[in-house]
Amino acid sequence: MSEFIEFFSFGDANIRYVTIGSVLLASSSAVVGCFTLLRKRALVGDAVAHAVLPGVCLAFILSGTKNPFILLLGAFVTGWLSLILIDYITSRSRIKEDTAIGLVLSVFFGIGILLLTSIQHSGNAAQSGLDKFLFGKAASLVGEDLVVFSAVAILLLITTILFYKELKLLCFDETFAKSIGFPVRSLELLLTTLTVFAVVVGIQAVGVVLMAAMLITPAAAARFWTERLGVMLLLAAIIGAFSGITGAFVSYTAPAMPTGPWIVLIVSMIAILSFAFAPKRGWVARMLRRRHNKTQILEENLLKLLYQLGEQHEDYFSNRTLDTILSRRNIPKREALAGLAKLKRQGYIKRHAEGWALTQEGETRGKRVVRLHRLWELYLTQYLQLASDHVHEDAETIEHIITPELEQKLMEELNYPALDPHQTKIP
Amino acid sequence: MILQVDNPVVEVHDLTVSYDRKPVLWGVDLTLPAGSLVGVIGPNGAGKSTLIKAIMDLLPASSGYVRIFDEPIKQVRNRISYVPQRESVDWDFPASVFDVVLMGRYGKLGLFNRPRKADRDAAMQALEKVGMQAFADRQISQLSGGQQQRVFLARALAQNADIYFMDEPFAGVDIATETAIIELLRTMRAQGKTVIVVHHDLQSASEYFDWVVLLNMRLVASGPTEQVLTQEMLEQTYGGKLTVLSKVGDLLRKQEFPARER
Repeated sequence: MSEFIEFFSFGDANIRYVTIGSVLLASSSAVVGCFTLLRKRALVGDAVAHAVLPGVCLAFILSGTKNPFILLLGAFVTGWLSLILIDYITSRSRIKEDTAIGLVLSVFFGIGILLLTSIQHSGNAAQSGLDKFLFGKAASLVGEDLVVFSAVAILLLITTILFYKELKLLCFDETFAKSIGFPVRSLELLLTTLTVFAVVVGIQAVGVVLMAAMLITPAAAARFWTERLGVMLLLAAIIGAFSGITGAFVSYTAPAMPTGPWIVLIVSMIAILSFAFAPKRGWVARMLRRRHNKTQILEENLLKLLYQLGEQHEDYFSNRTLDTILSRRNIPKREALAGLAKLKRQGYIKRHAEGWALTQEGETRGKRVVRLHRLWELYLTQYLQLASDHVHEDAETIEHIITPELEQKLMEELNYPALDPHQTKIP
Repeated sequence: MILQVDNPVVEVHDLTVSYDRKPVLWGVDLTLPAGSLVGVIGPNGAGKSTLIKAIMDLLPASSGYVRIFDEPIKQVRNRISYVPQRESVDWDFPASVFDVVLMGRYGKLGLFNRPRKADRDAAMQALEKVGMQAFADRQISQLSGGQQQRVFLARALAQNADIYFMDEPFAGVDIATETAIIELLRTMRAQGKTVIVVHHDLQSASEYFDWVVLLNMRLVASGPTEQVLTQEMLEQTYGGKLTVLSKVGDLLRKQEFPARER
């Protein structure tokens, strides 16, 4: 707990720097990731992330230093090379893109691990810490590294904002972009370069193995909450930033822990929560909607039954016992009682000693359901030429979903009918 | 029956287009008159979309050249508008109807510049012309097929171009939308614009267009509707696949031959 307070009071300058760095790295890659996701090139991000490793190792072998500029350059070169290779294989052979990605990813990563192992056994004292590129170590983000990587991250954010309009069009409708004379090839190159850079700066915090999650998961989570691209970018950045802070905290309090897996777990948790709880698109919202539909159907069925009983005796407001109500239709008793209690609370029916009776409003609503039912039956027989004994089942569902506008339209098309196909009066 | 016109808006000269080395359009020579409603008609796989894409330089040509308003396409890009097939984009993209229509202004804006207020006005006017102003804030994922097509049309209208290329704007739309679109096309023609439409329904073709291009891997006919839409021409277009032609095309692909010696 004291560690928690110590970290989040940001008293230590080191903690401040590490946090700022992680936030910048994570949010910039999340923003770029939005476009990668919308362009449906999520897997390519994964390939680049893995392909960066041999570049880092080669840069170290050739220069003998851990200068962030040189390592960045090496990472950039092999990251780019992997993308060119994927494109080349896809366009020049029969191999499809997913296979090409798989091939390139594993070859580059294999070479990377090979080089890394040989560096580690070379006895070079300067090599310690290179392995953090595998799983990331946010706490090592200090000094020159921090400045360089943060600068690149800021540059990424600025470029994305600058090219917002162009990238949006590229992702939505590439051919149209071409038709109005946008330099589509160059824009594509730009997005690819942004992706490579995002990966290159992100690996410091997350590591190559899990970098793809940092690129794609915040974007996927953000997509659940909004239908606007601008908001999506912002949300992804916030989600990225949050996971970045968490990563920095973990890295600071438990130095032996790799940061990457933690960040990825946090960000995946956010994605899962988004999947479950987002409005409209989320799983819970969809479940609630289904439940709401079910209760609406039950209530309207009960009102309909009471109304139909009224029709039989030409007396709509008398008391009916539960048995009478359920005599026309088999609804489980407990469900029926719960539905009746709810209708009573809503003021559609009244409770009497010997049963329930419709109120004025209840009668109106019950009448409407009955009318919709009969209208729909008539519509089916007239427009779809269905036999009149086949239309009841269908109307049982449709009666609950027809809106007042559709009802008006139905009335017009059927020319304000008086009788349904069974020669019953339409109320 | 291939009729050439004087002072054409579109001039296509010896255009051959290939996919993966296999030519799908062979040596098309074509001129189109200004201010007309042109229908590009032919069976599936005849190369209708390919033709308009190649004219707009969205596909590389294996041979030949195209001139629009007597200029190379690059000089006149902002006088040209393109309506792609509805299915060519993912409608689950996070954007509103208005966002998409505003894209029609991007060409005039150029790179970096943000849409100005005047561009928003133009986009809104374009939406009104297709009767979709009430849907401006609607998410594009919630639109019906006909509404999607109207949005694409509005985007093209916002471009304020002189010549329009439309790829199957009538495919999969409701009657109301089809009527609205053809009304709109007629208004555009009355304003002196040229509209070139890829179309697949022969029945409505004679009623909609005043110039028809018949296509089946090669140009069969090009001329005024009443002269082109004849029994004989249609038989040439639709009857009998050109087996030798497509076999030769397959050979070019398999043997990795170039379409021209050069």
